Amino acid sequence: MMEKVKVQVPVMAEVSASGKMPEYLWWVGSAGAFDDRYKKVSREFAKILTYLGTNYAILGAEETSSGDAARRAGNEMLFQMQALTIISILEEYKVKKIITCDPHVFNTFKNEYPDLDGKYEIIHHSQFLEENIKKGKLTLNAGIFGGKRVTYHDPCYLGRANSIYEPARNVIRATGATLVEMGRSHSSALCCGAGGGQMFKEAEKGDKEVFLERTEDALLTNPEYIITACPYCMVMMTDGLKYKNREEEIFNLDIAELVSRALEL
Amino acid sequence: MTHQIAFISALIITIGIFSWTMARVFSYMKFTRPYKIRQWPARFGLMMKVAIGQTKIFRFPILGFLHALVFWGFCVILVGSLEMVIDGVAGTDRVLSFLGPVYNILMALGDISAIVIAFAIIVFLIRRWFLNVKRFSGIEMKHKSHTDASIALLMILFLMISLLGINTFYVAGSGWVYEGVFPVSAVIAPVFKSMSVETTHLLYEICWWSHILLIFVFVNTLPYSKHFHVFMSVPNVFLSRLEPLGKLTTMENITREIKLMMNPETAFAAPTEEQTEVCCFGVKDVEDVTWKNYLDSLACTECGRCTSVCPANITGKKLSPRKVMIDLRARMKEKGPGLVKNGRTYNDQKSLVRDYMSTEELWACTTCNACAMECPININHPSLIVDMRRFLVMEESAAPAELNTIFSNIENNGAPWQFSPEDRILWTEELFMNPKTKA
Repeated sequence: MMEKVKVQVPVMAEVSASGKMPEYLWWVGSAGAFDDRYKKVSREFAKILTYLGTNYAILGAEETSSGDAARRAGNEMLFQMQALTIISILEEYKVKKIITCDPHVFNTFKNEYPDLDGKYEIIHHSQFLEENIKKGKLTLNAGIFGGKRVTYHDPCYLGRANSIYEPARNVIRATGATLVEMGRSHSSALCCGAGGGQMFKEAEKGDKEVFLERTEDALLTNPEYIITACPYCMVMMTDGLKYKNREEEIFNLDIAELVSRALEL
Repeated sequence: MTHQIAFISALIITIGIFSWTMARVFSYMKFTRPYKIRQWPARFGLMMKVAIGQTKIFRFPILGFLHALVFWGFCVILVGSLEMVIDGVAGTDRVLSFLGPVYNILMALGDISAIVIAFAIIVFLIRRWFLNVKRFSGIEMKHKSHTDASIALLMILFLMISLLGINTFYVAGSGWVYEGVFPVSAVIAPVFKSMSVETTHLLYEICWWSHILLIFVFVNTLPYSKHFHVFMSVPNVFLSRLEPLGKLTTMENITREIKLMMNPETAFAAPTEEQTEVCCFGVKDVEDVTWKNYLDSLACTECGRCTSVCPANITGKKLSPRKVMIDLRARMKEKGPGLVKNGRTYNDQKSLVRDYMSTEELWACTTCNACAMECPININHPSLIVDMRRFLVMEESAAPAELNTIFSNIENNGAPWQFSPEDRILWTEELFMNPKTKA
């Protein structure tokens, strides 16, 4: 067993101070930086970026909420304050390309920031991983997920919101896993229940939680793994598995964790 | 000649009532907010695909197919109806028959369509009357909606029966020498071969007049029912949003305010006409929606595909996207006349938010866009729901307490949770990986 090496995550302020210009800004997002479960995803994705030798940096302490949740909860004022602040920070660092693991961040940067003159090339990590697999830069060990039953939950803000359905699926297939689709998938996929500010509040009165309805969809495929590509979906599906007492046998992984494991990082 | 006079009078009455209705319904639009239309060529493509091609309705494959047959059949039959109007006004007989083979094809397709549509309508009626279809119920589905549907479906059924009658008695009374081709009616016609020519002519006249008068009645009842979609769907698709579903509209008045705060020098610049416009934030009532939102509500058929896929509705919450459209249309119908009469300042002490749409409904939306994705005519519900939330948050500070907490967290420490920005890099600490060189 070789000794593990430390992963250095470059921070924009330092990289820029040394006169360098990273190719990508990785927008970690509030969930990626603070949510205990999604921090693990950030750590795995950092390993993949290191493995690939990608020239990137994060904003670190300079990063702030994209304002997406505030906007969808009706606080346009707060959203625009956040967006305009971020746009001026990114202008200072002359950021052109952004990678993110959060479809909500992806959506707001891609579709909404341009209205406020923030124009970037924005890439979701599922697209980034797919592209690198296609280019042959990521050699996945088929012994790890080969033949495993895997289902994929489409995040609303990748799927319906931006018509991105295939990258995550292609990544799953590349691991050798058997992709099993839920009854409701692609543009008909059911929401996990966390979007539009729901993540941060109690649901309105009803007869069921949305995340349970969606978890049941996933369980019907009899999967060994449920793959998600969004921090909100991850929280919801993980909760659903716990609620159904299935978290010991079925694992909810982000697409980045899937790849990192298949790379044996 | 008496025929022509009777026909022209009926036509004038029809057009008169229709124009009056449309003028009234559309007069309310001047009280709504602007919605910019750009990219005309792209819109044409979208209309051909979604409206004419019926692509989105096929998301429910079986019923979608039946609906598409009805729609395409209507398009073909419309040519025949147009001919009837010309014949009626000019006193001609089958004026379009000079088209020769084209006319034969049109008549044949129309004849087949009539029986296909009649079959589809019978299926629709059975579903509505005898099957317990969940999509047809819901808190917003009032008795009127069902009555409207039954009336419209029955009218269409009688239109098809009378059309087949016209064709059948035309063939039967012609001595088998006639213009056009009628694959269905030519099979039915021999049943009446023992009938005298006078009787077949009389029955032909009865069917002809029933058909055209029913069309005139149909045209004038549609705008008063949910079946207004027969007229409004195609324009609604043509005028629909072209941006990705995930995009919300940017409130430019807020951008101006923030830029003013960030750069006070611009405060001394002379305000443009647009800037001086008085407006509130978000949507409270019908004057705050765009004319396109209102058009959406007029075009909505209350089919309920939106509600049937809404995660909130599926799990028993009060929110129903269909209700958003029904409420908007009903509220405009209620307030519109007052606005026309008394002007923009008219206030009837009611509003769309709260008197129609409860805050409980508005806060249940996950903005997942399943409703907008499903709508066969590209209605966009989530953007209007967020616009109403904007009113609640920015005008009334009436967000649920938990959301107010995330707002203040984002303001104070730049994250929905109470963590210091300095802690944003904590996750990078003590991170190790297996040393691997790229393959």
